[in-house]
Amino acid sequence: MVPEPLPFEADIHQLELLLDKLEGAGGEGASDETRRMKREHRALLKKTYDNLSPWQTVEVSRHKQRPQFLDYLGLCFEEFVELHGDRAFGDDRALRTGFARLGEHKILLVGHHKGRTLKERQECFYGCTHPEGYRKALGKMRIAAKFRVPIVCLIDTPGAYPGIGAEERGQSQLIATSILELTRLPTPIVCVVIGEGGSGGALGIAIGDRVSMMQHAYYSVISPEGCAGILWKTANDETKPRAASALRMTSRDLQQFGVIDDIIPEPLGGAHRSPRDAADALKKHLQRRLRELVSLSTEELLAKRYEKFRKLGQFA
Amino acid sequence: MSSSEIKRGVPEGLWIKCPTCKATLFKKDVERNLNVCEQCQHHFYTSAGDRIAQLLDENTFEEWDANLQPVDTLGFVDSQPYSKRIVDQQKKTGLKDAAVTGRGFIRGRGVVIGITDFAFMAGSMGSVVGEKLARAAERATELRVPLIFVSGSGGGARMQEGILSLMQMAKISAALAKYDSAGGLYICVLTNPTMGGVAASWAFQGDITLAEPKAMIGFAGARTIKNTIRLELPDGFQTSEFLMKHGFVDRIVHRRDLRTEVAQLIDYCDMK
Ligand SMILES: [Zn+2]
Repeated sequence: MVPEPLPFEADIHQLELLLDKLEGAGGEGASDETRRMKREHRALLKKTYDNLSPWQTVEVSRHKQRPQFLDYLGLCFEEFVELHGDRAFGDDRALRTGFARLGEHKILLVGHHKGRTLKERQECFYGCTHPEGYRKALGKMRIAAKFRVPIVCLIDTPGAYPGIGAEERGQSQLIATSILELTRLPTPIVCVVIGEGGSGGALGIAIGDRVSMMQHAYYSVISPEGCAGILWKTANDETKPRAASALRMTSRDLQQFGVIDDIIPEPLGGAHRSPRDAADALKKHLQRRLRELVSLSTEELLAKRYEKFRKLGQFA
Repeated sequence: MSSSEIKRGVPEGLWIKCPTCKATLFKKDVERNLNVCEQCQHHFYTSAGDRIAQLLDENTFEEWDANLQPVDTLGFVDSQPYSKRIVDQQKKTGLKDAAVTGRGFIRGRGVVIGITDFAFMAGSMGSVVGEKLARAAERATELRVPLIFVSGSGGGARMQEGILSLMQMAKISAALAKYDSAGGLYICVLTNPTMGGVAASWAFQGDITLAEPKAMIGFAGARTIKNTIRLELPDGFQTSEFLMKHGFVDRIVHRRDLRTEVAQLIDYCDMK
């Protein structure tokens, strides 16, 4: 299937359409021409994706066909026992929680889901969590900690939902409580930003012993649109890329700042070109990190987690 | 408010106009009244320095980490480079960054105190604010004394420091969690304004949450919400009173009563 092209992929898209046609024609003994085009396609993808601008990275991270929480759920995990509801208000569909199996590990899986169809996206507010979502997640994570079940958090949100109900129900309070409790929750926590790491809404479930990013994800204090709106009054095709560059929000930047531990490599041309390969890389990462963490004593785990966040920041 | 208006707490000039009741007030009277309008009790901005004078016993404040300086890690440039903005803000406010921390006494009770000052880049939280508040929480843990934070942060996390400013939310939270686990009493006082990343971290992690009257408090900015939902926002949305009505603030306290009420609360929560 030819992926939907991003604005900077016109040449790549042309090649993909041609290749699709040639392969569809069924010429089994791939002609020299096809092989040459395939090489060209790979070279072009590599060149483009090795040099993505920060704004292009944001576009990749938001690609409609990029694997989301439910895709990874099917591709990485063997079982999922979803646990619903926050016991106070409702069941936020933007944030999913449940027990899952990952190879030898029994874990609690927590993650934002953005949805793909319009109906699904409306149901889960495009991955924007309400206060009840954070209350639900923390509730389930406390159960996990009680039985020392490790937690995996998959972050993919443009931000916590900005709305009247969200404010009435204490968006600040619930995110604040979640962050505070996660800094001391006595069980291993592995966090991965799989797509969008949108400010406080992301951080609400991104406190853990390991925090990593998929290669083309972004993680930022403010969305490029929000930043552009504040600094240059309007978010347009000129100011959004400027904001994305200024904020230094790519996985490479964050690793440089010591904010993330690992960059999980994506298949050539981004996770949406091969969700299977992206999922394999994610799975390998999670298993490796969980194996390291489950052997630590709770005391050591929490002391290291404290240090991890305590040392962040730069001043003179 | 323009920057020059913020500096002294209330606008320059002999007379000022109250934005709530529109009364014309003699500036000196307002200052004598803790920067509160005598007619309608509107709470004007008050600087970190004034706040310390209002809250703590006279001459008991010992400031900590006064020389911590922000740095421009990102090389951030908007209408001007962040490095230049820092210098300008320092000149304008006499502060090195938006937070002032230290120890002192409130009616004879030893406390650790931290204040964010709106005058310095809207009280936004970068690495210096994060470090100072985290250190304050850690020292309060060692000293085993109550911890009082007063937030006046309209900007939330400081955009110009990018992801590192977001991480200050985590850093302070971790220090506050430790303080809490050690049995510390943390009282947070929310003042106008307390928004974004500050609201979504230390401002709402207190054992007791107090707010000054009619302060603007919330997670998302009103403009962002309006652009998202395309509806008018209800009257009194995201005010202290709104927060208390919805169950997220313990008490709304007039500025003149803050010192007494904090002391009173400390006496109920013996940390020994
Ligand atoms: Zn008035």
